[in-house]
Amino acid sequence: MAATPLVELHDVTKRYGAGPLVLDRVSLVAAPGDFISLIGPSGCGKSTLLRLIAGLSPASAGTLQLDGRTPEQAAAELAFVFQEPTLLPWLTVASNVALPQQLRGLSPADRAATSRRVLDLVRLGDRAAAYPRQLSGGQKMRVSIARALSLSPKILLLDEPFGALDEMTREHLNEELLAIRQQQAWTAFFVTHSVAEAVFLSNRIVVMAASPGRIHTEITVPLTYPRTAATRLSREYHDLVAEVSRILRSVESAAA
Amino acid sequence: MSKRLLQILLPAATGVIFILAWYALRFSMNEEMQFLLPTPGEIIASFRDNGDSLARAALNTTEGALLGFAGAIVVSAGLALTLSLSSLIRISLYPYLMMLQMIPVIIFAPILILWVGPGLKSVVVITFLICFFPLVVNTTQGLISTDRNSVELFRMYRASRLQEIFLLRAPAALPYFFTGLRIAAVLAPIGALVGDYTAGSSAGDGGGLGFQAIIYSSQAKYPALFATAAVTCVLGFVFVGVVVGLSWLALHHWHDSYERTDT
Repeated sequence: MAATPLVELHDVTKRYGAGPLVLDRVSLVAAPGDFISLIGPSGCGKSTLLRLIAGLSPASAGTLQLDGRTPEQAAAELAFVFQEPTLLPWLTVASNVALPQQLRGLSPADRAATSRRVLDLVRLGDRAAAYPRQLSGGQKMRVSIARALSLSPKILLLDEPFGALDEMTREHLNEELLAIRQQQAWTAFFVTHSVAEAVFLSNRIVVMAASPGRIHTEITVPLTYPRTAATRLSREYHDLVAEVSRILRSVESAAA
Repeated sequence: MSKRLLQILLPAATGVIFILAWYALRFSMNEEMQFLLPTPGEIIASFRDNGDSLARAALNTTEGALLGFAGAIVVSAGLALTLSLSSLIRISLYPYLMMLQMIPVIIFAPILILWVGPGLKSVVVITFLICFFPLVVNTTQGLISTDRNSVELFRMYRASRLQEIFLLRAPAALPYFFTGLRIAAVLAPIGALVGDYTAGSSAGDGGGLGFQAIIYSSQAKYPALFATAAVTCVLGFVFVGVVVGLSWLALHHWHDSYERTDT
């Protein structure tokens, strides 16, 4: 696939002040439509990498381009899903989802239509008037994803969004996320600790190593989309999970 | 027995025991000392005899308490916003804010009388000073305790500074603000009373409960003094009650402190 790269990282290095190297010369190119999982031992800088792409933190060296622009300039194309749902508890579900549009200065009428559309997308259309505390953990995360999708981003950055959820909920949300991606063409960077999740979701898995954080290996996942619950039962899927687990273990034991 | 019934019966029972103990104490005293502790009945009777002066005084004190309280809310909100902007501003101003709280009203009152004159103005200033500190400290704490992820969310969407303050920091600070407001609501009537006692004036019927207390005490109207204390308590309950109600209105939809539990 020779599509023009959407995200281009070249020798990106990150160091906080005079502290140790957090990321060491990371180079990575993402084509439109890629779903890239970042996986690795704690301290490998995978969340930091995500924050750099998001423009939440500047790179110390190297170049980082989104659609040919800096993360600052490309802010409108980006959405970030945090580890916690990060909903504002005093706003209803609908208002939470409409928040990015509100911050952009869109009219209430436009906001309402978009909020309804993305809430339907995450199957929470009937909870629009609820407050976050009335929702389950999985529902809160779905609202958080709906909010991220509300501005139709080109690049979706997800920092372990399902880490705190139980296995069943996590699997359902993985399937939903892929189903949504069938309808909306965004490129995803997905930080996770779960090999199974990474294999299920991505077409590319980037395994990172720690101290200093760097890219260790990249694995291509040849499973075809759409992937469903049945995908998890396939031989190919299990072999891939085993292989990625083996690589991850070798990275972790090298660090230990 | 239902919990709701207990919530009414228990305090009522405590009250009855308390009043019985009161009468017991009073009638165990020497006859010539009994004037020191009027019975609840005598206190209620004194309401009848001093109704006009008490009502007028209560109204004046309410006015002073309300104005000082409202002023403290407005000024503390502005100052808390300023303080929340930078830790340098906080470090520079905090010691002086604490000093403001530590100034003894009794010493400050005569100076205040010279500055703004006795009566309502002095009462308002003293109430303001007493209410101000808990409000500004709590609201500032609320404004700087915003969830870090939420702040980053706002930065991600390139929210303006004003959007960040009014759509995120201010609502997130509301529970803290109401904590300060409850403390200030308890203090406001007391502040107005002390202000009135030390810097009040009877000019133009302007005396409040503090001033009235001085008069009753000079006239040896001890039951009326107890009645004055009771009126002040009621005033305090009204202030706190209104604040509790407002707090409920603002927070019950979403804040964990109003989470319904089924126990």
